[in-house]
Amino acid sequence: MTSLRRAALVGNPNAGKSALFNALTGARQKIANYPGVTVERKAGRLLLATGEEIELIDLPGSYSFDATSPDEEVTRALVHGDFDGEAAPDVMVVVLDAANLEQHLVFAQEVIELGRPTIVALNMVDLAQRDGLTLDPDALSQALGVPVVPTVAVRRKGLAELTAAIASAEAAAEADHSAHPRPHLTLPERRLAARNIAKATILSQSTTRRLHAGLDRILLHPWLGPPILFALLFVIFQAVFAWATPFADGLEALAGLLAELVNNTVPAGIFRDFLTEGVIAGVGGVVVFLPQIVILFAFILVMEATGYMARAAFIMDRLMASVGLSGRSFIPLLSSFACAIPGIMATRSIADPKDRLTTILIAPLMTCSARLPVYGVVIAAVIPNTKVWGAIGLQGLVLFCLYVAGIVGAMVVALVLRRSVTAGRASGFIMELPRYQMPRLRDLAIGLWQRAWVFLRRAGTIIFAATVVLWVLLTFPQAEPGESQLDVSIAGKVATAMHVAFEPIGFNREMTLALVPAMAAREVAVASLATTYAVDSEDEAQTEQALREQISARWTLPTALAFLAWFVFAPQCLSTIAVARRETNGWKWPTFMLAYLFVLAYVFAGITFWCATALGL
Amino acid sequence: MGLRSGSAPNMKLEALERGKRATIISVDWDAIAPEEGKRLRALGLDEGARIAIAHRGVFGGRDPIAVMVGRMTIAIRRVHAAAMVVEPA
Ligand SMILES: Nc1nc2c(ncn2[C@@H]2O[C@H](COP(=O)(O)OP(=O)(O)OP(=O)(O)O)[C@@H](O)[C@H]2O)c(=O)[nH]1
Ligand SMILES: [Mg+2]
Repeated sequence: MTSLRRAALVGNPNAGKSALFNALTGARQKIANYPGVTVERKAGRLLLATGEEIELIDLPGSYSFDATSPDEEVTRALVHGDFDGEAAPDVMVVVLDAANLEQHLVFAQEVIELGRPTIVALNMVDLAQRDGLTLDPDALSQALGVPVVPTVAVRRKGLAELTAAIASAEAAAEADHSAHPRPHLTLPERRLAARNIAKATILSQSTTRRLHAGLDRILLHPWLGPPILFALLFVIFQAVFAWATPFADGLEALAGLLAELVNNTVPAGIFRDFLTEGVIAGVGGVVVFLPQIVILFAFILVMEATGYMARAAFIMDRLMASVGLSGRSFIPLLSSFACAIPGIMATRSIADPKDRLTTILIAPLMTCSARLPVYGVVIAAVIPNTKVWGAIGLQGLVLFCLYVAGIVGAMVVALVLRRSVTAGRASGFIMELPRYQMPRLRDLAIGLWQRAWVFLRRAGTIIFAATVVLWVLLTFPQAEPGESQLDVSIAGKVATAMHVAFEPIGFNREMTLALVPAMAAREVAVASLATTYAVDSEDEAQTEQALREQISARWTLPTALAFLAWFVFAPQCLSTIAVARRETNGWKWPTFMLAYLFVLAYVFAGITFWCATALGL
Repeated sequence: MGLRSGSAPNMKLEALERGKRATIISVDWDAIAPEEGKRLRALGLDEGARIAIAHRGVFGGRDPIAVMVGRMTIAIRRVHAAAMVVEPA
């Protein structure tokens, strides 16, 4: 089979390229209402009406082929055929925001100038309508000299027409291989032309008061905006505990029932121990945090879909500037609350290399969702579920403080780095603030389902594998009667040796042991503790106990707090290190990151333990 | 730069009152980092652009600034606005 013909989606950031890509190929790429979401080239298959397939490529948004940031460079290189030896795409699909033609037409002209077969997808016509614009696609087509197809990517409108237009452009490309470059215009010329073309395309515009101006007056208010953002973050962490509790309790009860069932049906022996201690206690101990993770993501997804995320960056810019960063770093850092990996990837939209490096180095300090189970289980075990100042849950408050500790830590680290290893000119903040949109329920549901599925898959694969290995190491060699299983096992011996280094900061042996497999994935710390205590339990009733109860019976408060402090700063998981290596092209920075985070974690866990002990907690 | 009859005197964009419309008449690109200059031009913040300041600063500070250009709102820093001379409409 000859290689597939290829079409690429290009256009300004936030035009809806990825939304179109998903609609056309059935892919599930991330879409969100702020510029700079896509930072990599992604490919999918588009089925034409003839039954033929072509490869469709989704690209990072770009303002010009004269790239200023790493993500724009991906687009430039791919379109010009300099991307990893990949040939230039045969057909260009320019995606325009119909409600902002004057701006989007500037880059569109640059693409059309290439002289390749080009289609224009006039996207977001629904938003143009909302803003009171009536457009004439034929006039646009005439002015640009290429076919124009009106679309609404998120409502799947105009897809068949767009596919047909791509197919005929593709057929034309096959018949005539030579490009027909058009005269090259300068930027001011293009801008002038864009203005004129937009004028010719817009048949009428009514001055409907735009929704977003009113919202911004409140949300970007110099004195109201910051407290609103802060309050919102506060509510999120309260909700993570308060709303999740009934569901988490249900899942916990289910795990208990399952353990009981296994104990009653499977004959006693090594296999039953494996099921109850390894699988149910270990993996089950992690899965009960699904509701909390879903709630956290629900908030993040809503912030992303509405367009509030870019406003949060605006509000945070001042603070970020004081440590030598810009609001542009805020979005990658906020994504790092989900996971540091997409967070580090998202730094590609930061133009300044030093700025970008600093952001990569502090991304792991943002508490990722994988750490939520660790915080969750320890907080639930040692912090009473009471209310302070009326309605605020103490547990949620502690969780909020841990997140804040990570953020403050990141800011201080950035301040130090910007004055030492990543010193350089302070960079600016230039960002388009997208129009507000109502989040679509279906997109939210799909997004949540995806996150939940990723979490469950991790539980079934890497967390399961790490737990099984740990269980084996904890179970063999088997203890003689009278001996403690933990003392004689291989893992126990390793933990005893390591414990020397961690005893000064108040860690017990089980905690020390949990740190090792947690490098595979943070949640494994929870699975590891659960399995360790299950193996160490005297009887079945104790094995069936929730980890929370085990911890609350076995740990002192200073020890528990030290463990939490450790995880605020703890060296990140292996996949984060791998991504940092790829994005910084070498081992130098990941090694540095690992070293400084380890030192911070140790020092802060120590300080927490000593202070808590001194206070007599 | 001289005054044109009938219009307010030229001023730095930085000093423009919130909500007032103005036209950018010159930009001191040397005062702006080259990459940032490129990005500003790509977003249409260039000589001849008709703009207005929508929001300015948080907590009494004067950074960042949200500028309206056409149908877009763009966040920039004060240093950028200080390099732009505008003529109020
Ligand atoms: N109302 C409306 N919203 C749309 C349409 N197409 C996309 N969106 C929304 O616009 C936002 C941006 O869409 P994306 O597909 O992420 O945009 P993109 O061009 O891939 O953006 P980058 O990856 O940042 O370059 C999302 O919130 C989408 O839900 C449309 O036709 N109508
Ligand atoms: Mg995209």
